[in-house]
Amino acid sequence: MAFAAFATAEVQPQAPRKKSRIALFLLLPGILYLVLFFLTPLVSLVLTSLQAPSEFGDIGQYDYAFNWQNYVDVVEAYWPHILRSFGYALAATVLALAFSYPLAYFIGVKARRWPLLQSLMLVLVIAPFFISFLLRTLAWKQILSDESFIITSLKALSLMAPDAHFTGTPFAVIFGLTYNFIPFMTLPLYTTLERLDLRYLEAGSDLYANPFTVFRKVTIPLSMPGIVAGTLLTFIPAAGDYVNASRDFLGGPDTQMMGNVIEANFLVLLNYPAAAALSIILMSAILVLVGVYVKRSGTEDLL
Amino acid sequence: MSGEVQAAAVLGGLSESEQLDEQRPGRRVRPRRLGLGDWLLPVYTVIAFVFLLIPIVYTFVFSFNDSIKSNIAWRGFTFDKWLNVCNVEGGAVCEAFGNSIVIGLVATVIATTLGTMIALALVRYRFRARSAISLLLFLPMATPEVVLGAGLAAQFLAVGVAKDMTTIILAHTMFCISFVVVTVKARVASLDPALEEAGRDLYGSPAQVFWRVTFPLLMPGILAAALLSFALSFDDFIITNFNSGAVSTFPKYIYISASRGIPAEANVIASAVFLFALVLVVAAQVSRAARAKRLAKLS
Amino acid sequence: MTVSIREFAERGADLELVGIQKRFPGFTAIEELDLTIPAGSFFALLGPSGCGKTTTLRLVAGLEEPTQGRILIGGTDVTSTKAHQRPVNTVFQSYALFPHMSILENVGFGLKRRRIADAEARAHEALRLVELDHLAQRRPAQLSGGQQQRVALARAIVNRPALLLLDEPLGALDLKLRRQMQLELKSIQEEVGLTFLHVTHDQEEAMTMADTVAVMNKGAIEQMGAPEELYELPRTAFVANFLGQSNLFTGTVVGTTDTAITVDVQGTPVIVPTARAARHQGEVTIGVRPEKVALHREAPAASSERNLIGPGRVIDVSFSGVSTQYLVAVPGLGTLTVFAQNIGFGPVAAEGAEAWISWEVEHGFGLEDEPGETTRFPADTDTRSIAAQRRDALVAELEEH
Repeated sequence: MAFAAFATAEVQPQAPRKKSRIALFLLLPGILYLVLFFLTPLVSLVLTSLQAPSEFGDIGQYDYAFNWQNYVDVVEAYWPHILRSFGYALAATVLALAFSYPLAYFIGVKARRWPLLQSLMLVLVIAPFFISFLLRTLAWKQILSDESFIITSLKALSLMAPDAHFTGTPFAVIFGLTYNFIPFMTLPLYTTLERLDLRYLEAGSDLYANPFTVFRKVTIPLSMPGIVAGTLLTFIPAAGDYVNASRDFLGGPDTQMMGNVIEANFLVLLNYPAAAALSIILMSAILVLVGVYVKRSGTEDLL
Repeated sequence: MSGEVQAAAVLGGLSESEQLDEQRPGRRVRPRRLGLGDWLLPVYTVIAFVFLLIPIVYTFVFSFNDSIKSNIAWRGFTFDKWLNVCNVEGGAVCEAFGNSIVIGLVATVIATTLGTMIALALVRYRFRARSAISLLLFLPMATPEVVLGAGLAAQFLAVGVAKDMTTIILAHTMFCISFVVVTVKARVASLDPALEEAGRDLYGSPAQVFWRVTFPLLMPGILAAALLSFALSFDDFIITNFNSGAVSTFPKYIYISASRGIPAEANVIASAVFLFALVLVVAAQVSRAARAKRLAKLS
Repeated sequence: MTVSIREFAERGADLELVGIQKRFPGFTAIEELDLTIPAGSFFALLGPSGCGKTTTLRLVAGLEEPTQGRILIGGTDVTSTKAHQRPVNTVFQSYALFPHMSILENVGFGLKRRRIADAEARAHEALRLVELDHLAQRRPAQLSGGQQQRVALARAIVNRPALLLLDEPLGALDLKLRRQMQLELKSIQEEVGLTFLHVTHDQEEAMTMADTVAVMNKGAIEQMGAPEELYELPRTAFVANFLGQSNLFTGTVVGTTDTAITVDVQGTPVIVPTARAARHQGEVTIGVRPEKVALHREAPAASSERNLIGPGRVIDVSFSGVSTQYLVAVPGLGTLTVFAQNIGFGPVAAEGAEAWISWEVEHGFGLEDEPGETTRFPADTDTRSIAAQRRDALVAELEEH
């Protein structure tokens, strides 16, 4: 886990040496880079979010100010987008978890006897990474378009109303988000399940727990680190995504998410303060949600 | 994001299990047969993989479509698009692809170097700001890309920098560093310090020990991190979109052409990249499995 | 007697294995196994790793299904009963304490699943029995190995199973803790009256704890009986050398009386009591334990009570404080081992010294093995042949490329 990876280093710095000059030399360039191109931009973003339009300027010209009103304005204007972002991301996370858990369980537990099969299945899980994520999403758009075989068949079977669409609906956006982030869910789940010591499950059944109880009381709690990491890795990018919800991809006019309005404000309307304020809202909301979630799931030590 | 890290491990043909085998005593236990699970789970797995691969197959198939402009309806099979990839729209696809490769390579080299240095420092040295630095490395991975992209763009705007290739490379390097650190750090932490001590014991100077012992042992981790960086950079669209100005990359080209229809040539390039990566990874996995089998036979 | 998992077992139950065979893809773990363990006994299955003893245990626990045969507990056929429905608990070799639960939750887990009233109080009681109640709220990772082992034991016995399975549970402990745990196990067994099935590769542990020991080899039981019986009268070369050490000789029976047979071993007559010999004619393998053998610096007077071999040469002396082990090479007979108590000061013979060895006739035993391939149990210490095998494998490996 990325989240866990940082925690472990905290606990056991191997062979700690005191030559801090070498440590400084190793750390300085990279840390400086992140300060310059990650931290400073965040500060810039905060400053931009408080800017006010220039009095005599053109469109896209702003002056530094302390204009809290920007936040009120964007929330008023875009609260449906904000709700949609988190709602869609939540739905996609739940669906991806339901889809990925059995898959990861099969690869990580059932396939242990066949290491080659196991690694080939892992390759299949990450195979979508090898092909442009935009093209995959577009492929779904074609496969599920109104004229496509699947949709016309569903309509012929009366499983779908004749004038209904799939693309352009919230379902399509959630579907796209789910599909695109499945590997991010499956891989951390696989990592914990692959290390799951089956003897705990045997001990459970030895102690009179039926298979369902063993799953609920032993397997799920022991795979909690994977579940937490996977849901975070799915939820965070899904909440900020704007490709799936875009009109040219799986979305429609009523499915726009925060990412879409940030992009539109920044790159099209040149309303930088609004875009910045929305970004800050998105990031803070995610950090708060992640914090609460990690605390409640009892896996603080992951962070 | 551990997903990416795992992906990197698989890419590098060194799925972490290689290092962890001994620590996993449960491995030998045979799973008990569970009547239903016996066939339900495998069947589900097959269906799940079919689902995951549908859009990939679709993209591949439509790279052979004899399309005219937009590549939506099937108009017949042809090899033309594979043979004349760059002949469309004055080579715009190929130019975008070339830009993506250059950006990916440069960002990978910088991010891998900086990230490896940080990883070494984090595992090997004790210093006070450790938790602050860990947080600084963790945050970019927990921040939505749209925020990263908008932030950098706001910064470039504030400073008055024109957006071009350089700004894209700066942006990509930024989000790759954290992933490199995570990947390489796992490798450094699994390295037995006794190996370096043995190097020093055998009269190696600190520099010699680093270049002759440490570095070769870290190589698989560094390679995996580099592959991951390249993959992340190559497929990035959101951050690029905010910081690219007029420069086109392969994902950006697709995004922009999405409204008027993607030419089949884009499918050709994506499919070729896919096949290339797939062959590379499968070969690495198969050779690793064969090596493991031979070792098992000997012991 | 039927045993339900809804109620506590009143006492231990019989365990019967009938015609058990277990095949895995590629190898057979258990050839054919028939075994009856009477209620209330402490039974040890002893054997080297890979002999099928752990598979036997897993079959009884219900964690594996036999390819053939039946398993009966207290007279009830449980062959097709799942693990969670069997009145059996296991103390796992790895302890398998659930890392995400407290010690108390671990111990109460089985009781809760069986919906037994006041599970918590019973769990505390079981923890008091192993003297760990003060750690009830800790997590397993916060306990030492010995404490974890006791928790694993408490987690199993709190359920009052008809049959308690112990899978080398003492393997990871140091000597002192082992002794303590052995004692604890013994007293729990006497107190509670459970049937214990203990699987181990440690002969000393098996002999000190069990009423009955079965020595297992290559998926079958070689010999079964009380520990002293097995030790004093081994029936096969495998038992003779797995349970302690033995000096074994092969020879032809040349004379028979009512009470004894005489075996010609490379020209030396060796007498074995008829009652202690399994085969009475033809080629036989006979033996004697090294501590029953006396070492002589000068040829002792012949006696009908003692077998005498020699002269030979002392080729190795290893002094270990309380005793000394001598290796004596006798031409034509090979190398014999002698354990001598250090009654005087230090070793009585030096390397290279000429020596005779003798033992009382009644200490000898005759094996039922077909002589020939059964000369000596391949000792683990033969590193040279292992090295040679490894080298051959490596050479073969290199030639492939």
